[in-house]
Amino acid sequence: MNFERIKEKLNILADAAKYDVSCSSSGSKRANKNKGLGDSSGMGICHSYTEDGRCVSLLKILLTNHCIFDCAYCVTRKSNDIKRAAFKVQEVVDLTIAFYRRNYIEGLFLSSGIFKDADTTMERLIQVAKKLREEENFNGYIHLKSIPGASDELMREAGLYADRLSVNIEIPSETGLKLLAPDKKREDFIKPMQKVKDEIIQYKSEKKLIKNTPVYAPAGQSTQMIIGASGETDAEIMYTSAYFYKQFNMKRVYYSGYIPISYDTRLPSIGTEVPMLRENRLYQTDWLLRFYGFDIRELLNKEYPNLDSDIDPKLSWALRNLHLFPIDVNKADKTLLARIPGVGMKSVQKILHARRFRNLNWEHLKAIGIATNRSKYFIVCDSNKFETKDRTAAQIKSLILQQSTSKYKATYNHQLNLFSSIETPLAI
Amino acid sequence: MKTTLVYDGTFEGFLSAVFQTYEEKHTNVSIEKKELAAATFFSEYSCVITDSEKANRVWKGLAQQCTAEGKNNIYKAFLSEIVGIENSLLHFIKRSLSEKRHIDKDFADSEILKIAKTVKMVQREKHRMDAFVRFRLTKDGLYFATVTPDFNVLPLNARHFKNRYADQKWLIYDLKRKYGIYYDLKEIKYVTLQVSEEIYKASQATYYFTEDEQAFQELWQNYFTSTNIASRKNMKLHLQHVPKRYWKYLSEKTPKLKN
Repeated sequence: MNFERIKEKLNILADAAKYDVSCSSSGSKRANKNKGLGDSSGMGICHSYTEDGRCVSLLKILLTNHCIFDCAYCVTRKSNDIKRAAFKVQEVVDLTIAFYRRNYIEGLFLSSGIFKDADTTMERLIQVAKKLREEENFNGYIHLKSIPGASDELMREAGLYADRLSVNIEIPSETGLKLLAPDKKREDFIKPMQKVKDEIIQYKSEKKLIKNTPVYAPAGQSTQMIIGASGETDAEIMYTSAYFYKQFNMKRVYYSGYIPISYDTRLPSIGTEVPMLRENRLYQTDWLLRFYGFDIRELLNKEYPNLDSDIDPKLSWALRNLHLFPIDVNKADKTLLARIPGVGMKSVQKILHARRFRNLNWEHLKAIGIATNRSKYFIVCDSNKFETKDRTAAQIKSLILQQSTSKYKATYNHQLNLFSSIETPLAI
Repeated sequence: MKTTLVYDGTFEGFLSAVFQTYEEKHTNVSIEKKELAAATFFSEYSCVITDSEKANRVWKGLAQQCTAEGKNNIYKAFLSEIVGIENSLLHFIKRSLSEKRHIDKDFADSEILKIAKTVKMVQREKHRMDAFVRFRLTKDGLYFATVTPDFNVLPLNARHFKNRYADQKWLIYDLKRKYGIYYDLKEIKYVTLQVSEEIYKASQATYYFTEDEQAFQELWQNYFTSTNIASRKNMKLHLQHVPKRYWKYLSEKTPKLKN
């Protein structure tokens, strides 16, 4: 192995791949076969964390950053003057194996710029995965990107080697896409997604009849949207997301705050802050939809097209629906417990177990780990100490905010005053 | 009068002590490790003789009274080596054996909650070892790593590594507790050995490890740096995920070794 050359390529192609936020390595059922290498049947493992606090679970690289497209939001766009490089298939295979054996990674996340056409690119990605599985007897995790516009046959083949497939729709709305990525069509994203979804369903049903049917993309598929590049509301983003979850059985939709990488006037300029708080609120909403039994229409609708930045979406929903509270933690069922602000699903489970032995009071609830600073306005328990005052939503909100600290506090005001600040005279 | 039962620090020894509390019908009793037990004026001391037959009887009795998870949790909490965990476990065992229903989820009982939280901590540490072990390939073709986990978790890690690295020889050594788990392509063995400080010296690296080893570590460091997004820097979160005490074993966090 020529380490100097590989190092150079790795730097360029890892740097170009880092804007893809997906790094999960869980959800696959691929166990070690015939005493080969690797096992991805357990939970995902984050082997390290970069200084931005993000997990490093997979070797995430592009096969090449040569690209025929010119999408404004993308760092590898054709018109961008950057260093280009390309890995050989065998180089990626060797690197993956060497890193995996040293317990650096859970597997490979392979994406690519589109260097000739969709099918040629997809074919090359599949070659890497196939080599790993068949020649190296590798049972670690493989995440392949579905290249928009790739043919059905190739998508079918990809799923036989990969654990997860994903195609990033990047821009939540069609108009945004037209503006920022004029070369790309929405159908091109949808087609491989639809194919993968159909194949997963088909393979699953065949597996029920014939036991040795191979697994097809056992960790399902995911997608990603860039946040804050094209002016969508939170409602537009989350409705799109809910659509993808429902329509394509997505395992995950990722939200990636736009990191300014271009002087293109269609986009936020370089130096603009990455919308991390907004990204966080969207993930919270995503979790409420997937694990807490909320319907998207309860959280975002015509009247509330955007999430509050200063409080979390569950609290915000609760304040709009005070008539449903207080909830008795010793009696309410699981779905209701899950709706109490400051009580997460882990706590819900603990409450359900613990209350079979005795009625729970404030001390028990605190010890179990619920956030009483928020939840105390919304529950009753085995105690005579309650929030008895009839408070309005605004009063509760201000009480909670007074007692909480957040590193984003400066950001709330910033985001709220985004427009009014323009009129503020420069008097500082 | 309070009785203190002193045992040898092994799990079997602990279960033997539990047996003894029943055998001698102690009501006010404390179980302590030999090296930690300190004499006080107000208690009587009694040394427990580790007896695998007695230990087995307790363990089997628990199998009938606990869920499999509950029983595993007793072992996991024991591995925490936290001072006083033995007495929480004794409380847990007594309640398990005397009550008809499974009590491991009675989180309003502070001792049970303490065990649940301890189990969580032990599992987290086990998971961290799954993640933070960094193998280096020795010239004898052995993938070698050293660790110093907060709790005695290597017995819990063994299966994970065996399933994953079924086709390579590996050894993970706990420097703090002075033993390691070794896989010889067939099964796991518990081993003790002398680990020289020399192996961490860059000048010695090529003596112990293969020629390419250093190059792969550098590739990994490079990858680690390239995959970071500087404009999203968040050191607080970073440290929360990778506390500093783990850095010395992470090749990506140790500054490049200089000869």
